[in-house]
Amino acid sequence: MSDNQLEIHIEHVLETANGKLPMQISLSVELGSILAVTGPSGSGKTTLLRQLAGLVSPVSGHISHGNKTWLDTFLKTNMPTQKRNIGFVFQGYALFPHLTVRENLTFALEKGAKTGIIDELLNDIDLIKLADRKPFQLSGGQQQRVALARALVRKPDLLLLDEPLSALDHSLRGNLQELILKFHREYGFTMIIVTHDLGEIFRLANQVAVLEDGKIVRHGTPSEIYLPNENTKDVVLYGKVLTCITFPDHIFVRAVIQQNIQELKLPLHLASGIKPGCSFALGYELGNAEIKMIDL
Amino acid sequence: MDWQPLLLTFKLASITSIILLVVALPVAYWLAFGKFKARGIVEAIIGMPLVLPPSVIGFYLLLAFSPSYWFGAWIEKMIGLRLVFSFPGLVIASIIYSLPFMVYPLRAGLQSLPVSLQEASYTLGKGKFETFYKILLPNCKPAVLTAFVLTFAHTVGEFGVVLMIGGNIPGVTKVASVAIYNEVEALNYTAANQYALVLFAITFSILLMVYSINNRLLRVRQPA
Repeated sequence: MSDNQLEIHIEHVLETANGKLPMQISLSVELGSILAVTGPSGSGKTTLLRQLAGLVSPVSGHISHGNKTWLDTFLKTNMPTQKRNIGFVFQGYALFPHLTVRENLTFALEKGAKTGIIDELLNDIDLIKLADRKPFQLSGGQQQRVALARALVRKPDLLLLDEPLSALDHSLRGNLQELILKFHREYGFTMIIVTHDLGEIFRLANQVAVLEDGKIVRHGTPSEIYLPNENTKDVVLYGKVLTCITFPDHIFVRAVIQQNIQELKLPLHLASGIKPGCSFALGYELGNAEIKMIDL
Repeated sequence: MDWQPLLLTFKLASITSIILLVVALPVAYWLAFGKFKARGIVEAIIGMPLVLPPSVIGFYLLLAFSPSYWFGAWIEKMIGLRLVFSFPGLVIASIIYSLPFMVYPLRAGLQSLPVSLQEASYTLGKGKFETFYKILLPNCKPAVLTAFVLTFAHTVGEFGVVLMIGGNIPGVTKVASVAIYNEVEALNYTAANQYALVLFAITFSILLMVYSINNRLLRVRQPA
């Protein structure tokens, strides 16, 4: 056990649409760093976050944060969610509908804690003027900022974000990423973010773990994972799929790459799972001009 | 017209509903979120008054409350209370008889809330009890109101159980439904009609009020 690491070693059984799947994760995250977790849906990303939060107990395993043991199934210790000092931003925000923005934040305060942080956070998320509104009177982006601020009221050691930006448009995403980084600098928490957005991974994360079928298939810095080997002179383009038509031997894709609409003819085995709206990184090996899909 | 049976009816319904709300909240929470194997049995027992003839429940309660049997004898010895043919007995019988009308809507209301509300509260350091009364309950107000009113209305409409264990003692156990029956038996249709009409009007107004309030509560929650 290391004092400045979040150590995760868990075994679990995932309930997926295709039946049960063994989940096995072994991961250590340096405290204060940002880890992005990505991978296809059903690969166990959300389950991993929920296990870290203590909302789900893995079948067996060990989780420790610094010198505190959060979970040890062998010793039968399982620290309840309430005591782990985490912040969790849920996919659907999970704001309390009957409380105003300010009340949503105040609810998170511990008994006897100073209330100054509430105004501070409301200012940071630029919602001090709308503090008396109920969540349903806010836009999606505003609700997202409230959820983020609420998760920070208790100054958590670990902030968990489950695809927090997936429902927002491009410019709002940028603003919120900026805000997340600002909070990260200010509060110094460890952060684990589930995301599909490559731009987001590069912008936010020190490390990225790619999950597939309940296992980590790749783990490293975003450049190590997504950029081709630095010795070769490969070029990587990032894009977003607009339309795709499947033919017997290839998939015809229209995509936005570097702000232009490009047409690509991709071999079937490289483009399986591709669908409109998904982001991808496309590596060109300049030598033989062969297109290869690095990640979907 | 003698107002006493009507007043007694509403007194019984109010007391029953209030006590039942307190009793049913933890039961509904447990049924909605608990992970216990015995859940099916508990659900079946709570639901029995929905399907059993009231006279069956009344008959067994009569035996249970009677001082000649151990439960009635024990209660009488412990707190000096005779439950059979008495108002406290009626209250206890009504609580049992109306239990599903309180528990089921509350459970449905709790279950309809997104699990993430509860989980968000836990991640903010709040325990189960605080989460329950500060987050879950306020967000299922329509369910609480519906449960309360259904229980109230069901108790107002009670007849078979009351007749079995309460009898017909004016001011003590003679509620409106029993009074109507008596008047009809005595071929006194005018008096029966008066009681019936008042019951009809009041229960209709209560239900109308509840549905109006519920519609307003639900509309408030819709996004603008």
